[in-house]
Amino acid sequence: MHEVDMTRCLLLSMHEWKQQHAPRVPKVDRVHLEVGSFTCVEPDQLVVTWSDAVKGTWLDGSELVIESVPLVGRCIRCQATYSPDAADGFRSPCCQHPMEEIVSGRELRIRSVAYGFETASPPPTASCPTVAC
Amino acid sequence: MHMPLEDSLGLNLLAANQHRADHNRAHFDAWNVLCLNVMSSPGAGKTSLLERSLAALSSRWAMAVLEGDMTTLLDAERLEAVGIPVVPITTGRACHLDAAMVGGGLKLLQQRLDPAELDLLWVENVGNLVCPAEFAIGEHRKVALLSVTEGDDKPLKYPVMFREADCVLITKVDLLPHLPVDVERIETHIRQVNPHTAVFRLSATSGVGFDAWHDWLAAQLTSVQTTPALIHA
Repeated sequence: MHEVDMTRCLLLSMHEWKQQHAPRVPKVDRVHLEVGSFTCVEPDQLVVTWSDAVKGTWLDGSELVIESVPLVGRCIRCQATYSPDAADGFRSPCCQHPMEEIVSGRELRIRSVAYGFETASPPPTASCPTVAC
Repeated sequence: MHMPLEDSLGLNLLAANQHRADHNRAHFDAWNVLCLNVMSSPGAGKTSLLERSLAALSSRWAMAVLEGDMTTLLDAERLEAVGIPVVPITTGRACHLDAAMVGGGLKLLQQRLDPAELDLLWVENVGNLVCPAEFAIGEHRKVALLSVTEGDDKPLKYPVMFREADCVLITKVDLLPHLPVDVERIETHIRQVNPHTAVFRLSATSGVGFDAWHDWLAAQLTSVQTTPALIHA
């Protein structure tokens, strides 16, 4: 359910980004997110709420692309990185130490936006009969 | 048809909420008020905790409560009975408080009192072990409750909440003689996901554990009210 509120936050950030290009309105193809696996976000649900939220808006037709970032911890005793798992109590497999340091997995990041600006095709000319813009 | 372009943003997905949370936090710091975000699943004992702590601490500190609830005013009415100012925030369908809701609650609170006269502002979040963990409201400390009736596996099933908490309160320990639950195992699981959090075992019914919990609160209040930024505020 909180994916709806996360989408709302995302839309606000996208609106601010759009303002940077004013007065032109970018046509957004894709919004790339990085979502850590140690967050409360369900990526599939976020894609669904995004698709619903952008209908009829300037972002209509854009795709939300989510890259999942795995949870990686670092054992502070032996400095080895590992993949904490709930079944193992998130402990390091080497020393059974509690999950002290998280290297990755808490990401909730808008990485990039792929977009363009609508341009009218120039009229064909003799010197450039097949120009494609 | 358009030329493909790409902008790197590197923005927090929840940046819009974080900006508002930072705004709330600036107010708390300017008022020199410690703000606690109290979170748990429904029925873990947040309101009972507040009833007991508010009654015990009201002669010591000036306090107020922002009370989050999805639909009712029942918890707010319970806390009003203690004699502490309470501002209810009904969230409707939202399963957590966000920074904008808390900002709205602060405006209502300012209509009733001067927040700068407070020492401690409690924010009782909506009962939920998932969503509130991700939405900052500007709090100084996050407090998570886990009742012994919920079982010992919850810190592993809902690890983000317990990882984020500055303090975890294991509640309803008066029921332990009647339950097949190992409280040591609960605490071990909490520390496996968050080795540095403070953990206290409480019963709002018997009062056991509240002295240590209140000592922790006093230490947080001292810490917040003596930071250099606040001295110069």
